[in-house]
Amino acid sequence: MRGLGDTRSRRGSELAFAALLLSSLAVGMAALVALLADVIHDGAGWVTWRLLTQAPSADPAVAGARPAILATIYLGLLLLAMVVPVGVASAVYLEEYARKERWYNRLLEIAIQNLAGVPSIVYGILGLAFIVRGAGLGRVLLAGAIILALLTLPTVIIASREAIRAVSDSIRQGAYALGATRWQVVSRQVLPAALPGIATGTILALSRGLGETAPLLMIGALTFIAFDPTLLGPFTALPVQIYNWIRQPQAEFRRLAAAAILLLLALVLSLNAAAIWIRDRAQRRW
Amino acid sequence: MVAIVDPARLLERRPSAQVERPSCVFELRDVSVLYSGKAALKGISLDIQARLITAIIGPSGCGKSTFIRCLNRMNDLIPGAKVRGTILYHGQDLYAAEVDPVEVRRRIGMVFQKPNPFPKSIFDNVAFGPRVLGLREDLGARVERALRQAALWEEVKDRLDASALTLSGGQQQRLCIARCLAVEPEVILMDEPASALDPIATAAIEDLMHELKREYTIVIVTHNMQQAARVADMTAFFSVDVGPEGERAGILVEYDRTEKIFTQPADPRTEGYVTGRFG
Repeated sequence: MRGLGDTRSRRGSELAFAALLLSSLAVGMAALVALLADVIHDGAGWVTWRLLTQAPSADPAVAGARPAILATIYLGLLLLAMVVPVGVASAVYLEEYARKERWYNRLLEIAIQNLAGVPSIVYGILGLAFIVRGAGLGRVLLAGAIILALLTLPTVIIASREAIRAVSDSIRQGAYALGATRWQVVSRQVLPAALPGIATGTILALSRGLGETAPLLMIGALTFIAFDPTLLGPFTALPVQIYNWIRQPQAEFRRLAAAAILLLLALVLSLNAAAIWIRDRAQRRW
Repeated sequence: MVAIVDPARLLERRPSAQVERPSCVFELRDVSVLYSGKAALKGISLDIQARLITAIIGPSGCGKSTFIRCLNRMNDLIPGAKVRGTILYHGQDLYAAEVDPVEVRRRIGMVFQKPNPFPKSIFDNVAFGPRVLGLREDLGARVERALRQAALWEEVKDRLDASALTLSGGQQQRLCIARCLAVEPEVILMDEPASALDPIATAAIEDLMHELKREYTIVIVTHNMQQAARVADMTAFFSVDVGPEGERAGILVEYDRTEKIFTQPADPRTEGYVTGRFG
């Protein structure tokens, strides 16, 4: 038997492992910090009132991103309005109603998981073919919102399923034993208990959707829009605006792009902060 | 439910009526439960009488929980579960096509092994049943009555809005009993209601059962034989039957008055179990 103090070799490997983990983290953090520092250095001075209120212009000194910011906000709201009901309802079906041993339900599950991994450009192609041209909607903001909704739907379904599955079965059994119907069990016990998880997953999906550029470019979200967007009119979005500015030869436009990146980052970060806040509040209440 | 009294049946019973025979709530004939084709319980026949406490005892895996979940059709919720045989509830086939399991579960309440209050306030827990049934009148009075019946009112009356999860384990279990009483069931099924509780909380639940027996029929599953001896009027001893190919299924070995089961069991297997020689 070894002495109580004889743990030197084990402690050594313990330290080495911790160092390895820390250095992995450092790689990711360093890249992020470098990017952020570069963007802040370039763009901080250009985050001005003008950027928020003015339309883009050929003259960087007066150019702003107002149409793109508005369009991004509209896209976000439309996205939520479409993706939340459909996504949550699908998740409820799969978790609470579907008989899991049926082949078509299993097929559905696999399909949804795969859809979550499909590159966003593919959704753009799909949208171009079926929504812009097939349905004849044209290259409008609504079409963009539908495509982003389709893109984020699998993520919302998966997150909502996780949240629903995490609700203890003893709660369901307790409710059934009192003579509740399936719908009453779902609507009065399961969904309220799963709500924080669903909200968190949805917000994360939303912030991903709003950062998407490729599918919007695919359906021709125009890169130069100097007027406020409407539901059924042409549009641009913040990521598309950034892409456009970054391609300009003038250095000032690149400053503007950096400023718009900061804006988008702030938007995404505040959405994520909201998700964390909702989750923490729910945990405390539990 | 409309109780239709068949005069012929009354006459039939008269000869044995001198021992003040209580009426049957459940009559089970050759009941088997299968999970995905495998029998978990087979050939159970017994009658459960009104306003008595009937205990189901037996070793682990003998299908005690499966048995009481047949009585309120909770087994319906398990995919692949099938119930064979006949279970009559006041003479009506519980598994007939026209019987709604939701209505069955309202009349036949259930308390689970682990207290499972909803993550809501104390009031909302008790009010949940009445609310889903649309009984919105005098909800406050209904909740109070149920909490008093469950001997919990004095402890919680000043904090009905507090989360049910702030209660102790024993209080949570009495809350679950109150929740069940609030929908005015006729039968209360208890699946090892005290096995997760300390001795003091257990004693409180047992006292409560004695109180409730005046108005309700109670069926309790327990693996604590002392508990069965303390609370039950009737006791059924279940055991595991191992088939020729090693398949295990629960069977009913003996069913009788509790003191008979514990003092003069007819079956040597019962005697072996209650005297602690196996199980």
